Amino acid sequence: MVAAIALGIAAKKFAVEVDPRELAAMEVLPGINCGACGFPGCAGYSKALVTGKAEPNLCPPGGAELVTKLARILGVEATAMARQTAVVLCQGDNRKAQLRFRYLGLEDCNAAQRIAGGPKACPGGCIGLASCQRACPFDAIEITADGLAVISREKCTGCRKCLAVCPRDVIRMTPYESSVHVMCNSHDKGAVVRKYCQVGCIGCHICHKTVPDAYKVEDFLATVVYEQDAQAFEAIAKCPTKCIRDFNEAYPEGSTFLPINNDKSDAA
Amino acid sequence: MKLRTFKGGIHPPDNKHWTSHKAIEDCPLPDELVVPLSQHIGAPSVACVEVGQHVAKGQEIGSAKGFVSVPVHASTSGEVVAIENRPHPFGTSLPAVVIKPDGEDSWSSNLQFTDPGSLTSDEVIEKVRQAGVVGMGGAAFPAHVKMSPPPEKPIRTLLFNGVECEPYLTSDHRMMLEESERVLQGVALLQYVYGAERVVIGIEANKPDAIALLKKQCADAPVEILPLAVKYPQGAEKQLIAAATGREVPSGGLPMDVGVAVHNVSTAAAVTDAVMLGRPLIERVCTVTGPAIREPKNLRVRIGMPLSHLVEVCGGLVEEPGKIILGGPMMGFTQLGFDVPVIRGSSGLLLLREEDIAKSPEGPCIRCARCVQACPMNLLPTTIAAYARRDLVVETEEYCAMDCIECGSCSYVCPASIPLVQSIRHGKAAVLAKKRNALL
Repeated sequence: MVAAIALGIAAKKFAVEVDPRELAAMEVLPGINCGACGFPGCAGYSKALVTGKAEPNLCPPGGAELVTKLARILGVEATAMARQTAVVLCQGDNRKAQLRFRYLGLEDCNAAQRIAGGPKACPGGCIGLASCQRACPFDAIEITADGLAVISREKCTGCRKCLAVCPRDVIRMTPYESSVHVMCNSHDKGAVVRKYCQVGCIGCHICHKTVPDAYKVEDFLATVVYEQDAQAFEAIAKCPTKCIRDFNEAYPEGSTFLPINNDKSDAA
Repeated sequence: MKLRTFKGGIHPPDNKHWTSHKAIEDCPLPDELVVPLSQHIGAPSVACVEVGQHVAKGQEIGSAKGFVSVPVHASTSGEVVAIENRPHPFGTSLPAVVIKPDGEDSWSSNLQFTDPGSLTSDEVIEKVRQAGVVGMGGAAFPAHVKMSPPPEKPIRTLLFNGVECEPYLTSDHRMMLEESERVLQGVALLQYVYGAERVVIGIEANKPDAIALLKKQCADAPVEILPLAVKYPQGAEKQLIAAATGREVPSGGLPMDVGVAVHNVSTAAAVTDAVMLGRPLIERVCTVTGPAIREPKNLRVRIGMPLSHLVEVCGGLVEEPGKIILGGPMMGFTQLGFDVPVIRGSSGLLLLREEDIAKSPEGPCIRCARCVQACPMNLLPTTIAAYARRDLVVETEEYCAMDCIECGSCSYVCPASIPLVQSIRHGKAAVLAKKRNALL
C-alpha cells in the first residue's frame, strides 16, 4: 500500500512532459519506422517536428495528405514534397537476358552478386532474387515468374529502402508524374549488350534524335531527362530494342500490376 | 597407433586414385600465355613492360605495390602482345600481360645462383619476395610476409603442410615423391630464416609412400615426419596446428600467436628455386583430373597457361563438363569457362560431369546438428547462417562468424542442402562492411 502511494506520487512528480503536438503527430504518421525522413523512426521524426528540427514534408509514405495534417498540428505553412516513386530500370528477365552460370545458392541478390559478380551476364541488370521485395515495407515489389523485380507505382511510397539493398543500383527514384522510362542499366557498348540481352539499350541515339529534350545518352546508355519529359512517349515506338516503356500503358512483361490510367483495361 | 588429428571434420571420398600414381609431366607451351597481374592476396602488381617488348623467361613483368604484394614474372620468353583485361579465375576480367612465346624458352640472364650459406635471413626473405613466392596451397598469401613475423612473436615450431586433404588433388603428393630434395632444401632454408626449434612435415596417412620416402631422407636431419589421420580439412592451417602441436590459434589471431608458422611443401620447393637459383615462381604442379577428362594427369604448368590448353594436353573431354573447378572440390573456384589462365594458387583443375554434381532443393533445417559436429572450428553453422540470412549483423558476429574458415564441411554434411557456407560468407561480408562503415 505504502509502495503504491509512493509510486503514485513518484509518477506524478517525475512525469515526463510530452508536447501534445508530438503525440498528435505520432498519431497521424504511418508508424512503419522506415527511416526515409532521416530520423530514427516515426517517434524520432515527430520529436524533431515539434522541436523545429524538421520540416513536415519529409515523410514520403505519408504523401501530400500527411503534410497538410502535420502542418495543421504544428500550426505552420508547408508545401508537399513532389511525390517520387522507385523504378527498376531493367526488363531483362531470365528469358530475355542471358545468364553466365546457373546459380543454385542463397536466395539473396547480394549473396549472388558476391559470386563472380552475379549470374546475370549483364553487369547492371536485375538479378531477381528478391532482396528488394523483402526490404519493401509496403508490399509494393513483385518478382515475375521469369525473375524480374517490378515496383508498383501506386503502392510505392518512395521510402528508398529497396535502393539501399540492391547490389546493382538498378532501382532509381523518379518523379511520380514521369511514367516513361528507359528500362536499362548497362553501360556496355551496343554490340556487347545485344549479345546478352534482347531488350537492353544499345545507345543508338534514336530516342534522343526523336525528342532531343527528353532523352540524353551518356556512356552508351540513354536516360529520360525527367525535368522535360512531356513528349518522351513519342520515342517509345522508335526504340529498336523496345527498351523504353510507359508505365501508364503497361508494366513490364510478366507483371501482375495494372496501370492505373489505362483506359483500355477500364473498357475491358 | 592412433593418428593425430583435430576435432570435427568430414570424410569425403578422396578420389585420388585417378592421378596419385602418375608421375609429373611437363606441359608443352601454348600459343599464348595470359599472366594475370593479380594472383595473390594483397595489392595487385603493376605492369612494368610495354606491348611489343621482348621478355625473357623469369623477367619481372609486374612490379609489387606495397608490402603485402609480390612481383609477377614472364613464364617463358617471347613478345608481349597485349596488356589488357582478361577473364580471371576470380570470375571477372582483370588486368593481365599476354605473352606470345618465341619457342626459345630462354631464361633471363639476370638470374644468379647463390650459395644459401652466405646469406642472412633478411637476404633470404628479400630473394623470396623478389621471386614472387606465394603460398601454393591455394590461398596464395605472399610468403615473404609470413616469413617476417614481428620480433615479439618468435616462431618455435615450423610446420610444413603436405596433408593435401582436398579430394582429387595429388600435386603436393607427387612433389614430395619426385622432388623431395627441392622440398627438403626449402624446409632447411625456412628453418634457418625462422630459427625454429621444431620442424614438422605433416602428411595425411593416405600417402604412405611419401611418408616413407621423406622419413628415410630426413633420418639425419632434425625434421619430424608426422603422419596424420585422413580427414578433411586436415590441411587447413589451424587444424594442422591443432593436430601437430595440440595448440589452438586464438579467435581472430594468427598462427604466430602460438609460435607456429605453416607453409605448404610446394611453397618450400619454390623457396629453394628462389634462393638457390634465383628463379622466380613461374610454374607449379597442377592436377588435371575428374570424370569428365579423358586422361587425368599431374602436369607441371606455367603460370598463365589457359585451362583449354591443359584440357587438350590431357586428351580432351569425355563429355561436356557440368562444372569446371580450379582447385579442389571443397574450396576451389568454379569457373565459367576454359578461357581463364592457371595462376600461382591453382593446385588442380577438376572437371565434373553433370551427373556428379549434387543438386537437391533446399529444405528446412531439421536441427540434426551434423554441421555442428563437422565444423572444425567448433562453430554453430546453422545458427550463424540463419542470422546471416536475416541480415542480423550483430548476432552473426557474436556467434563468431569471422572465425569460419569456409572449408565447406557444414554444407557437405547438411541433409537439407542448406547453402550454409555461402550464407556464412554473406554474413561475414556484412560484418566487415559494418566495421568499415564504423571507421568512416
